[in-house]
Amino acid sequence: MDHLITQPHFGRPGQTPLRAYSPGDDFYEMLIETHRGLSDDDSRLVNARLVLLLANHVGDLDVLREALQAARAGIGTAP
Amino acid sequence: MLSTYTYPKFAYRRPAELDRSGAVDRHPVVVVGAGPVGLAAAIDLAMQGQRVLLLDDDDTVSVGSRGLCYAKRALEILDRLGCGDAVVDKGVTWNVGRTFHGDHEVFRFNLLPEADHHRPGMVNLQQYYLEEFLVKRAEQLPNLELRWKHKVIGVTPEDAGARLQVETADGAYALDADWLIVADGARSPIRRMLGLDIEGKVFQDRFLIADVVMKANFPAERWFWFDPPFHPGQSVLLHREADNVWRIDFQLGWDADPEEEKKPEKVIPRIRAMLANWSPQAPAAQSPPPEGAQPARGGPSPAGPEFELEWVSVYTFQCRRMQRFRHGRVLFVGDAAHQVSPFGARGANSGIQDTDNLAWKLLLVMRGLAPEALLDSYSDERVAAADENLMNSTRSTDFITPKSQVSKDFRNAVLTLAREHGFARGLVNSGRLSVPSHLTGSALNTPDADAFEGVMHPGAPLADAPVREQGRDGWLLEHTGNAFVLLLFADRPGDVDAAVLRALADAPIPVHTRLVVREDEPAPAGCRVLVDVKGLAAQRLDAKPGTAYLLRPDQHVCARWRRLDAAAVRAAVARATCNA
Repeated sequence: MDHLITQPHFGRPGQTPLRAYSPGDDFYEMLIETHRGLSDDDSRLVNARLVLLLANHVGDLDVLREALQAARAGIGTAP
Repeated sequence: MLSTYTYPKFAYRRPAELDRSGAVDRHPVVVVGAGPVGLAAAIDLAMQGQRVLLLDDDDTVSVGSRGLCYAKRALEILDRLGCGDAVVDKGVTWNVGRTFHGDHEVFRFNLLPEADHHRPGMVNLQQYYLEEFLVKRAEQLPNLELRWKHKVIGVTPEDAGARLQVETADGAYALDADWLIVADGARSPIRRMLGLDIEGKVFQDRFLIADVVMKANFPAERWFWFDPPFHPGQSVLLHREADNVWRIDFQLGWDADPEEEKKPEKVIPRIRAMLANWSPQAPAAQSPPPEGAQPARGGPSPAGPEFELEWVSVYTFQCRRMQRFRHGRVLFVGDAAHQVSPFGARGANSGIQDTDNLAWKLLLVMRGLAPEALLDSYSDERVAAADENLMNSTRSTDFITPKSQVSKDFRNAVLTLAREHGFARGLVNSGRLSVPSHLTGSALNTPDADAFEGVMHPGAPLADAPVREQGRDGWLLEHTGNAFVLLLFADRPGDVDAAVLRALADAPIPVHTRLVVREDEPAPAGCRVLVDVKGLAAQRLDAKPGTAYLLRPDQHVCARWRRLDAAAVRAAVARATCNA
């Protein structure tokens, strides 16, 4: 069974970045840029859509369950 | 206010120009601004035999710690200029950075896990010390004339240089410069006089910097807090400086009143709250310290250590650059050309790298050995480096001071996930610390024709390694720089053709060869031999017997081959000097 990857995993196949932090920073900038100019309501909607798109891409329900548990861990009261 | 440092006062001299009439004096190079960057430029040129005039409108060094962190590459350049030891000996060497969120430690990093480099990843030293050491160095150089309290009040570009109007307490005078290097800082009066634009964005935030003297037994580490209990909703950064001085940066937000915030009665309680609440004894459970790291230490007593305030300032910053750094015979360096946020220590460090890039090119052009187009490559290469610095420092700023709700949400999501998950620790951005640009896109590079592993591609700054010359232990970098150098790897010194190497050294733009060998044996006449004592030079450069690396005078690789071909070396030098 595949597990959720929680070690750094950003990048392009076959490319080794000069600085280990660059691919993650590239992603983070893309993420923040995607929201530029949106109202808070619109940003929430975009984030929800993004979760659904990525979830479908992952597909594997066991991996998704691990991701959902990791996201929820420590937030609010235990479900 | 400062109690640990006595400001030097440099002597103003009445300019001789005021007491004679007739022709205006002509100077081959004038540098304006005796901050770290202007001093580095003037020293570099004067060291290599060029007469230089350096003008500054003040008569002392920088007030307050200001530029504080000097990175490995800047230290290596300062070594070449003859100031590296002074800076490293006085400064505080640190490698460990720790990041906190609320009252948790999120993770820690180590800047230089790799051993066997001469210089550490980062040294903290108040800017006034760096300037003082550079001034001392400048005063040793007979080619370098420093004029304090000489303020440039007018500049007129001309085909073959620029005319400057200079104001002193005794009156104003004019002088002509064949070449003008502008190092007059972020507000650059000369840039304004010339009507040149600098474009980018202003960050709507204010930061309080305080230099604090205290005898505290905290380790020499960089500590960064996101949203700490003692300063909720904002960030705080702590660095150790020389002389038991500590530098604390508090994010204040855009609405803070700078004059009000600078008042000691406002600053002191902030620091007291920080010191009293500062007890991050244990790192977060899921991020064990890396091997060899210091164990976490307890915080101070509830009241906190005693301290004195030395210097306080409130700053805002911009991330912007000029479109190009060369305007005819006027060359912009450092903050005058580009400005970044302070996160990452990319300001002074990149300015010193500007001068490293510029000095050798200007010397070749002035000596008629290269066309002026070589100076456009200064602009091209350092604009690319500035863009890299701007990108990284802007990203850090966006992470540290998120400006929208969704940016804050993502930032806090990263910080909370980072306690448990490695990928999120990689996303935490409290400043990506200054590293040298690899000038991979430069037209001065000769593209590889042979296969190499690793990162020492054309454009890369040379990696250091321990070497021995004639029984003396030293470092690879100290045997390069100031001229084109060919590193030629061989099993034995006797394996090379000395006549070919002599011809390279006798060319109009000389190439000096350093043979890099594993075993010390007598060298052919005129050859300098470096013993690669640990094999690390060969390893870091992916070199085998026969491999040759051509280095520019600024220690960047510009070409490399698996087999030495003198014609190829000459062609690569021509390309690297715009003579192709």
